Amino acid sequence: MKRHLISAADLTRDDAVLILDTAEEMARVADRPIKKLPTLRGRTVVNLFFEDSTRTRISFEAAAKRLSADVINFSAKGSSVSKGESLKDTALTLEAMGADAVVIRHHDSGAPHRLATSGWIGGSVVNAGDGTHEHPTQALLDAFTMRRRLVGADAGLGQDLDGRRITIVGDILHSRVARSNVHLLHTLGAEVTLVAPPTLVPIGVEQWPCEVSYDLDAVVAKSDAVMMLRVQRERMNAAFFPTEREYARRYGLDGDRMSRMPEHAIVMHPGPMNRGMEITAEVADSPRCTAVEQVTNGVSIRMAVLYLLLGGNEPALTAGNGTSTRTEESK
Amino acid sequence: MSKILIRGAKVLGGEPQDVLIDGETIAEVGTGLSAEGAQVVEAGGKILLPGLVDLHTHLREPGREDSETVLTGTKAAAVGGFTAVHAMANTFPVADTAGVVEQVWRLGKESGYCDVQPIGAVTVGLEGKKLAELGAMHESAAGVRVFSDDGKCVDDAVIMRRALEYVKAFDGVVAQHAQEPRLTEGAQMNEGIVSAELGLGGWPAVAEESIIARDVLLAAHVGSRVHICHLSTAGSVEIVRWAKSKGWNVTAEVTPHHLLLTDELVRSYNPVYKVNPPLRTEADVLALREALADGTIDCVATDHAPHPHEDKDCEWGAAAMGMVGLETALSVVQHTMVDSGLLDWAGVADRMSFRPAHIGRLEGHGRPVSVGEPANLTLLDSAYRGEVDPAGFASRSRNTPYEGRELPGRVTHTFLRGRATVVDGKLA
Ligand SMILES: [Zn+2]
Repeated sequence: MKRHLISAADLTRDDAVLILDTAEEMARVADRPIKKLPTLRGRTVVNLFFEDSTRTRISFEAAAKRLSADVINFSAKGSSVSKGESLKDTALTLEAMGADAVVIRHHDSGAPHRLATSGWIGGSVVNAGDGTHEHPTQALLDAFTMRRRLVGADAGLGQDLDGRRITIVGDILHSRVARSNVHLLHTLGAEVTLVAPPTLVPIGVEQWPCEVSYDLDAVVAKSDAVMMLRVQRERMNAAFFPTEREYARRYGLDGDRMSRMPEHAIVMHPGPMNRGMEITAEVADSPRCTAVEQVTNGVSIRMAVLYLLLGGNEPALTAGNGTSTRTEESK
Repeated sequence: MSKILIRGAKVLGGEPQDVLIDGETIAEVGTGLSAEGAQVVEAGGKILLPGLVDLHTHLREPGREDSETVLTGTKAAAVGGFTAVHAMANTFPVADTAGVVEQVWRLGKESGYCDVQPIGAVTVGLEGKKLAELGAMHESAAGVRVFSDDGKCVDDAVIMRRALEYVKAFDGVVAQHAQEPRLTEGAQMNEGIVSAELGLGGWPAVAEESIIARDVLLAAHVGSRVHICHLSTAGSVEIVRWAKSKGWNVTAEVTPHHLLLTDELVRSYNPVYKVNPPLRTEADVLALREALADGTIDCVATDHAPHPHEDKDCEWGAAAMGMVGLETALSVVQHTMVDSGLLDWAGVADRMSFRPAHIGRLEGHGRPVSVGEPANLTLLDSAYRGEVDPAGFASRSRNTPYEGRELPGRVTHTFLRGRATVVDGKLA
């Protein structure tokens, strides 16, 4: 694995499987009475959030704390810092404070890439969502959830998602979750189909390793997992679709559509859900919906990522070299 | 007045000749000219061109002197082989009155490095609502002939129509920055495969093309002349080609960077590549080169857009748009057009001097290298190869996309009305 996690596209199949397997180990820690490992003791992880996301920040914070890292939460909302100097100045400050890892959420696509490559900072950079670009740990936790449900928790170790059919529905154009998922799921051997109104599919999507459909009914019946994306109501005002009702009818998941999914198939949602818009309450509250599990799994995945970027010994980090031994205690 | 003999220069790329400058004009052109009493410049087969003319330069003064001033900008122009530049109107305050254009014009005169011809704003404050005093700017000492809201598009069709009609009274031209504002809301780079992958707001080609299509139709309807700034797409080329085939009075420019760079470079998220209009695809680049070669695109214009370091040393979304271009323009044109065989040096003289001067109705520039003409000349060592080093730029800003890139050609001498502004590649 590289020093940073900026894009799901940067992960090889072996990197990704290693993260998923490590997350399984981390998940076991959560079942212990004392949910803590000494792995990152003395290391500093900064949560640098230029955009509000309590859910993601808390997930990273819990992950770092369970690994005994010192956590600094730095919220720097775009509007309060002057244009052009915000990210660099903040980075230089964090560098001076000796941050070992910076978990960054930013409203601009590419900001984590810039932070990792501009020489402003020496530590590892973890992308916690940048603009409409990527959100790689979300894709990893989604893949983790799918592997557990569709392949099995213990049986899944070492496995990918070969041949599984995953459908992602909704605002693909603005979704960093969809972008990261397409890359990662493809790397893991899954067949991905994107479903959205044409206005919410990016120009250039034909180059992505996935199928595109405008017809949800045509694909639900052959999906092992259907991932519903949050659709912001503002998109309606920008004429991406005519009305909420029409969107819900054509692209929402209700009980009827869910009943046509294969028996084993699951419904996923990165949250928070717009009930009545992209998903009905009936579906959201059904046992087939993994939204709550996804939140739990998010902590395990983020523990795995921080562990592998900061704590894991070097051989284990080098993907594809055949080395599978890894010591749990690295100093 | 002093005499200068340029000995053995390939005039417009032809056979080596001597050119004798006497005072402000060219006194003799031939072989074996006498050097008596003259200072001799041994050209040794270098290329001699008429002084380059830029139709599209941002000099930033008044208002953003931290980026550039008329003095530093004209020094950069001289180093790049330019003897005249048109200064865009988007300054602070905007050049939308006779007072501001005269101020810029006067500062250009005082600089002594390069003539500065101010461009006047089409609308007050570049707001697109109310016509600026186009006539007063024309009648001012600056004698404005080119009007542009560059940086912004004159998107209101009625305002554009009126501007095109109004400037006919004094043979003016409206230079349009073609960017449909609604189609480019939140746009950060060319819309296409790369933008989809990077998650950056897409800037569709049609946002440029739809405005160009409208404006050539408007210009034809009112019988006026329109100039299209910085064409960047293959579709734009097709529209201009069609308009010209109709015999309409349409001219167009392309920047050096749109002749060389593509949106693939944005994958680095390095804001040095953030520019308006955005870098497009390889197919667009090839179409632009071809159109410049066949004359569909009339001229090269730098769109020199200086920005201070901190406005580029940041994340993509926060970065300013634009790149400096005066000092590298001729090298990029040599690389993309001459070394590739698309254009000869006479063609370069046409696209970088004759035609831009003619479009701007600029007197004393864009003239042939012949007896009695003003001695505005540029001597280029086309055999030179070297890496671009912005540390040595005369411009106050360093935001070049070519840092560390090897480009051919180097201007060794620039003469403004017989006076050397650049000698051996250095400011005189
Ligand atoms: Zn412009």
